[in-house]
Order: sequence, then structure tokens, then C-alpha cells
Amino acid sequence: MTDPVIRIEQLYKEYLTDAGTVPVLRDLTVTVMPGEFVAIMGPSGSGKSTFMNILGCLDVSTSGNYFLNGRDVRHQSRDELARLRNEVIGFVFQGFNLLPRANLEDNVALPLIYRGISRSERLLQANVMLEKVGLGKYHRSRPNQISGGQQQRVAIARALVNQPKLLLADEPTGNLDMRTSKEIMALFSELNQRDGITIVLITHEADIAAYANRLVRLADGRIIYDGPVEHAAAEHLESTS
Amino acid sequence: MIGAMLSEAWMAMWANRLRTILTMLGMVIGVGAVILMLAVGQGAQQQVQASIASMGSNLFIILSGSTTSGGVRMGGGAIPTLTVADAQSMEELHSVAAVAPSSPGTAQLVYGPNNWSTQIIGTTPSYLQVRDWRLAAGSPFTDSDIRSATRVALLGQTVAQNLFNDEDPVNKTIRIKNSPYVVLGVLAAKGQSLDGRDQDDTVLVPVTTAQRKLFGTQFAGTVRFIMAQAESAEAMPGVEKSINELLRQRHRIREGADNDFSVRNLTAMANTAAETAKVMSLMLGAIASISLLVGGIGIMNIMLVSVTERTREIGIRMAIGARGKDILLQFLLEAIIISVIGCLIGVLLGVGGAYAVSSTTGMAVVVTLNSIITAFVVAAAVGIFFGWYPARKASMLRPIDALRFQ
Repeated sequence: MTDPVIRIEQLYKEYLTDAGTVPVLRDLTVTVMPGEFVAIMGPSGSGKSTFMNILGCLDVSTSGNYFLNGRDVRHQSRDELARLRNEVIGFVFQGFNLLPRANLEDNVALPLIYRGISRSERLLQANVMLEKVGLGKYHRSRPNQISGGQQQRVAIARALVNQPKLLLADEPTGNLDMRTSKEIMALFSELNQRDGITIVLITHEADIAAYANRLVRLADGRIIYDGPVEHAAAEHLESTS
Repeated sequence: MIGAMLSEAWMAMWANRLRTILTMLGMVIGVGAVILMLAVGQGAQQQVQASIASMGSNLFIILSGSTTSGGVRMGGGAIPTLTVADAQSMEELHSVAAVAPSSPGTAQLVYGPNNWSTQIIGTTPSYLQVRDWRLAAGSPFTDSDIRSATRVALLGQTVAQNLFNDEDPVNKTIRIKNSPYVVLGVLAAKGQSLDGRDQDDTVLVPVTTAQRKLFGTQFAGTVRFIMAQAESAEAMPGVEKSINELLRQRHRIREGADNDFSVRNLTAMANTAAETAKVMSLMLGAIASISLLVGGIGIMNIMLVSVTERTREIGIRMAIGARGKDILLQFLLEAIIISVIGCLIGVLLGVGGAYAVSSTTGMAVVVTLNSIITAFVVAAAVGIFFGWYPARKASMLRPIDALRFQ
């Protein structure tokens, strides 16, 4: 049996505020196997962004276990976490988060710098990825010269350039219109089905979640649903949230 | 890795060209000022040292001292109490290299249509050794010239120039106080003395000639001062003591009575002058260093702004795998590049400025490789020192906070 990409056991996260500790995530237990496409849904304040940050090793939990690709994340140093983010995870953000100064190929090649790969090799791999997301001919453009949907494609290329085990997408279509959203989601589906990349995606839109094959619903820091995505189920949940 | 970091740093600096240039300007001015000030200071120092070297080394001057005559006290040198015989017996002392009795005076020199008034020193051949003075042409007078008080002279460069222009003075006859003197040789140029006098405006004649034929003296055989050279700097205190003892004995000065002569350590005085020049040079450098410090603070200021402004970028980089030290290196490199480029331009400006100062004011400037290297190392250190704090601040950011930063 293959190891899970994500194994989370009894995970809690609390924030310290002036008013005392505020629990954000309570008793989460989730396992994601290689090749899965998971959508995490939940209303604002349900803790899905915090969950995403912990999944992405940007934040650490208060208690509970998190094994990423078999590695115990809770007992890693800052540098080791950076290495995990670099080698195991690819990030796609709602706001694209490209470097405005750099051209597209440099943007895509950025994660490779921190692996110590030579410039020529970096640019080669970056251009392969840009080709893959259909933006090969724009490799010398700057992010502000292309559309939002294209910028998100560049961000996906950047997330994929290190051949990650896991693609984490935080509301990747939040800043895009319907048509572009569909194109981006089609790209995610293709990456999942054709290349077998594990994807965890956060969204609050049911029709975006519908592209996934598994749905995890959060409410008030707890998992209230974990199962297959079905149109009816998704719509039902949408109406009750 | 470093290559990639360098090009990243360059890109960031290029994106903020004006700001980068203004920050650099602080370093340029700082380094330029340090180099210029060091050049001026070292120029002054070198000038003093050249004067000292021209004076001769390990030197004492013995002047006839104050005397009391019928209740009237006379100042130092008023009554000549030193004699050529004093000088001769001093030569016998341990560790004394050479002794030259000197009897100076002023007279008019004539050669053909030219005439020139100058200082004439009656002395012995050892004067050349004591003063470390070479001949540019001809030969010195000898002990036999001293014995027979011959009318011979050695001319300083200034004198030779004024009397002979481009003619060769050796073996020509000049007239001093209407008596003919044969020019035996011309002294090498020595330049200015510590107090700014032209040392080349002088003529040397045998001491006996000066005493008997040129100036005449009240008391036979007396000289105005004696110059004595010790064999080494270490021997100077001992030599000073034995000269004192010898002269007190020779002048029959009773226990407890004042000396009728005084011994001055010229080298010690010269060293004081050199020390003063050195302190001045250091002061100039120190003042200029302050501008370097201010330049460094400018770098820190800009880097702090830059870190704050680029917090989100730092977050993105961390999210895709940059470690703290990668971020640290990136910002530190920017600070170092700014200070090193600033330093290079500063060196050019400082050196150029130094030569501009020397050509417009005639001041002596010395640009040493040492001062350039010092300025360079200090500038790089300033860049690292002041770049460190902002870079560290950036590297310590939590990725989650940096990413959320708007």
C-alpha cells in the first residue's frame, strides 16, 4: 500500500489574542492519498485558510500530528520546513503572487534557485512548464502584461516546476471571471488525471469544488463532511451554508 | 546559487534605480572624503619627514648659553663660549659619529655681473656628514684647508643658481667681501627645512677662514654652535649626558653653577613635528570616517524601507522554499553591492580629488595603495554591518505574516 501524502491526526490550532485563546481548528483527522483531488469548502471563519497554511507548512498546529509525505512536520526546523515547501509542495494563491519585476520564465524558475540548480537548467525547466500551461511564447513578458487567467497559469507553472507531490491551491479562481475559472479548473483536472498530481484546493464555490473527486467541508473549525463530491450533495451543502 | 542571488539583487536595485543611486552617493562621498583626507594628511606627513631627513639624523646642536657679565644677563648665544677645541674633544667621546663646529655669518657674494647675499657657514668637512649632505658637483674642502684657512667655498643650489645661472661653478672664482674664493663644489639640493627656510641658500667655507679672514671673532677660536651626530638613536641619551659632562669640565663650571651652553636634541624636536603631522593626518581621516559612517546609516535606512516594502515578496519566496538564510543573503548582497560600487566610485573621486587639490593648491598629496585598501575594506565592512540588521529582520519574518502583508 502506498503512503498517504497527507496524514493529519487530531489536529488543533489556537490563536492567542488579548481576549485569551481562540480555537480555530478542532480535532481534525484527514488522510489524503496520492492522486486524490480534494476540495476543502467552508464559510468564512470556518478555519479553512488556517488549515491551508498548516497543510502548506507556512504555519504550525498547536497540537496533533501532521505527516507530509511521511515526514513529521511538527518537529522540523525553519530551514527543513522551507525545504519541504520547496520540494514537496507547490502553491497556487488567489492573488497569483508573482514577482512583478521578473519576467515569466524567471518567475517560474524561482523555486529552482533555492535548490541550487544552474541558470541554464532553471530556464529550460521553466520554459517546459510554461509550455505545459500554454504560455510558452510569453516567456519574456512581465506579469502585468498578461491577463489574470494567464497570470494564474504562470503561478501553476511555478508551483509545478519542482515536480511537487502535492499542489495546494488557495481559492485559485477567486480573482477570475467564470470563463477563466473554468479554464483554470480544467487545467487542474488535467494535471490530476493525466499527471496524477495530488491536489488540495480551497474554495467557497460549489461549482469549483465539483471539479474535485473528494470534498471536505469545514464549519467552525471542525470537519462536518468528508466524502465524494456529488452535484446534488454540493448543491445541498451550498444552500445550507 | 550566489550567481542567481547576485542577479536577483541587481534586479531589485535596478527596479529602484534612483533610490539605489542616492544610497550609493552616501558611500561615494564617505569613501571619497576618507581617501582625499588621508592623501592630504599623508602628503603633509611626508613633507615633514623629508624635511627631517634633510636635517640629518641623530642630531644634537650645542649652543653657547647665557652668561652673566657684571650683573647683566645675556641670552643664549650672545657670547660665544664654544670653541673649535671643544668640538675636537667631543669627537673623542664614545658613540659620537661626527662633530661640526659652525660659525655662521652673512655676506655679499659676487661673480661677474651677478651678486647675491646669503648665509655663510664656517665649518669643518664633518659638517657634510652630520647634515647628511652630498655634493652635486666638485669635491669638499679638506682638513688641510682648515689648517691653512684657504679661501675655498661650497655653494648651495640656490646660491649657485643665482650667481652662475646655468654655468658650471666648479673651480670658478667668486668674491666674498672683495676677497677671491675658489668654488670647490656645489651641494646637493635639500629643500625646505622644518621651519620653512631654504636650506640651499647657504655657502660653506672652512671654519678657520670664516673666523680669521671673513668675519673675525671677538675671541679667537670661538664658534656660535656645534653640531654633533650620535652613532644611533639609542645612543642619543648617553651622548647628550657625556657632552654635558665634557663641556662643564672644559669650561670649568663649578658644581651647582649654570651651564654656559645648552645641548638640544634636534631629532627629538623633529620627531615631535612628525608626530604632530601624523596626528593631524589621523584626525583628518577620523573626521572623514564619520561621513563613511553616515553613508552606512543611509544604507541601513534604505534597506529597512526596502525590506518593509518587499515583505510580500519575501513571503512569496519563503512559500516556494526560500530559507531564512537565502533571504538574508539576498538583502545582505544588495547592501554589499551598493557599498562596494559606491566605494569604487568613491575611490576614483577621492584619488581624482586629491590630484585636483595638489594641482590647484600645490599642496603635497600622497595616495597610497594602503589608504585605498583601507577605505575599501572599511566600506565593505560598513555595508555588511549596516546591511546585516535589515537583512536579518527580513529573514526572521514568519512566512505566513509576510504573505498576508499588504
